[in-house]
Formats: sequence, structure tokens, C-alpha cells
Amino acid sequence: MLLKKRKREGAEINGSSMADIAFLLLIFFLVTTTINVDTGIGMVLPPPLDPAETPPPIRERNLMKILVNAQGLVLMDEEPTQMDQVQEKIIEFVKNPENLETLSVSPQAAIVSIKTQRQTPYSIYIDMLDEVIGAYAILRNEAALSNFGVEYSRLSKENKKIVDDIYPKKISIAEPDEE
Amino acid sequence: MAHFKKKQAGTKQEVPTSAMPDVVFMLLFFFMVTTVLREVTLKVRVDLTKATNIEKIEEKRLVSYIYIGPERLPGNKLGNDKVQIDDSIQDDINAIRTIMYDKLIEEPKMIVSLRVDKDSEFGLLTDVQEELKQASTFRVNYSTKSEN
Repeated sequence: MLLKKRKREGAEINGSSMADIAFLLLIFFLVTTTINVDTGIGMVLPPPLDPAETPPPIRERNLMKILVNAQGLVLMDEEPTQMDQVQEKIIEFVKNPENLETLSVSPQAAIVSIKTQRQTPYSIYIDMLDEVIGAYAILRNEAALSNFGVEYSRLSKENKKIVDDIYPKKISIAEPDEE
Repeated sequence: MAHFKKKQAGTKQEVPTSAMPDVVFMLLFFFMVTTVLREVTLKVRVDLTKATNIEKIEEKRLVSYIYIGPERLPGNKLGNDKVQIDDSIQDDINAIRTIMYDKLIEEPKMIVSLRVDKDSEFGLLTDVQEELKQASTFRVNYSTKSEN
């Protein structure tokens, strides 16, 4: 015979296409992945009230009542207020630097209550909530700067807790009246 | 004829590519894990409002969404405000209680993200919140866009 006997090939599985397959899958998942993070205002709802139980008494001066009507007009403790003054007023109410009789006894006792009408647009309600949370953010930042010398966002978890205890965020969302 | 043997260098000249599948697979697994494939089809219009003092939800796995907004009707029209959970519109507000309670049992650290249209009225949201209280899902997040 003139033909040479062929050499036998090695008994390996050709793995060169594995990379291609993996790339294909990779591109698919790259395209479908959404890495955008959800942002929003976090709140913790109170547990439902037992109708047989009366709510705990709150001293009038410790409660900042904010009423927002459907037109976006704001009443703070029976006083008409512009939206951009809300933050200032809350800071004054919580800190009460001159120890006024009408404002909160201490920052720990202060409660901000937001009440809206059923017809109030959601965006107005969120604006209001945003202002209140903003006021607390300013207060906590101040406390962080004076106690630890750094901004609130750069504090460690334990120190954040200390600052949070100085200015506990107590926001109550009242149920709108039936009309 | 004399047969000359080619001179060969001792080392291979190719870049070893045998590790490439491993690298690619590693990236693949990363994206597979981070991908959230399930997207709901919105039956209500949700145009989020903006706020400045917002926080991020880090653990997306804990989040369960409730959509509130005007219903999308055929022909680009908008109907009344409706509540949508998962893929269906909930006409019976009281049914939300059981739905959310079942979800809470599956994921005890659940956060309810309320995606509410900016023009919808607060009244419906209160009703939903009341149901959430009854279902003892207290952690909520009002979804908003960033102001900047």
C-alpha cells in the first residue's frame, strides 16, 4: 500500500467554541441587566389602631400639626405658611432655642403630624414630606458636626444612631377627614 | 534531497487562551445574578414625582411594588385612578390585605415600594396604606425621582 496510515487524533473535546457560547450569553445578560437603583422616601407605617384603645395622649405643644389642602395651601399650627418656610419652621419647632411655651419641650418629644385632604394631589403630599425630612436632615447634620466634627453621611453606624437619638424623626401621617 | 529540520524555539509563541472561558463565565455569572428579568406591564400610568431628600433601596430583592395611577385605556385615554399589584389591577381595595400578607410571609423583611402617579389623589393612597397596616407590612418607600 502506498497510502500512509493516518496518525490518530487525540481524544479531546474541542473546547474552543465554549468561549463563544459564553460570550453570547454574557452579551445577552449585559443587555437585559438594569443596574438603576430605586430611590424614594422611606417610611415606616404605624401599626393599626385598636378601636377599643384610646391613642396615647400627646401634649399639644409637642405636636406640630401641618395641614395641606387640595390646592397646596399649608397651615402649620393654625398659621398659613408658604411651602418654602416649612423647613425653617420645623427646625425652630424641634430645637426651640428660646424655650417658648408653644414649641416642643425637647427635640426628643417633637412630633410632626402631616394631614392632607383626600383630594390633595400626591405630588403636593410628597413635597411636604420632603420638606419635613429635609428639616430633619439639616438638624442631624448640625448635631453630627457639633458632636463628631464630620458630616452626618460620613458617620459610622453607631454614631449615626447617637445622632438619630438626639433628633428622632417622628412623623405621623394623619388620616384625611371623610368629606 | 536533504531534508532540513526547522529550528523551533523552546517556548510557544501563542498567548494562552485556555483561561478565557473562565473569565467570561465569571462575568456571565455576575450579570446573571444581578439581572432582574421580570418586568411588569404597567396598566396604570405612573409618572413619578421628584424629591430631594431621598434614599436608595439597596436590596432590590426585598422590594414589592404597588402601582397607583390613572388606568390606561385603549386609544391613549386615561381612566380613573386604580391600584395595580403585579400584573393585575385590584378593583377591590380590601383584597390588597391578603395579597400583601401572603407576600410578607414569603419575605419577612419586605419593603413595599409605592409607585404613585404625581397627579393621583391622596385618598386612594390612604386606603392602600390602611390595608398595608392591616397586613402588617409597615416598611414602605414612596418612590420618587431625584431632583437633580
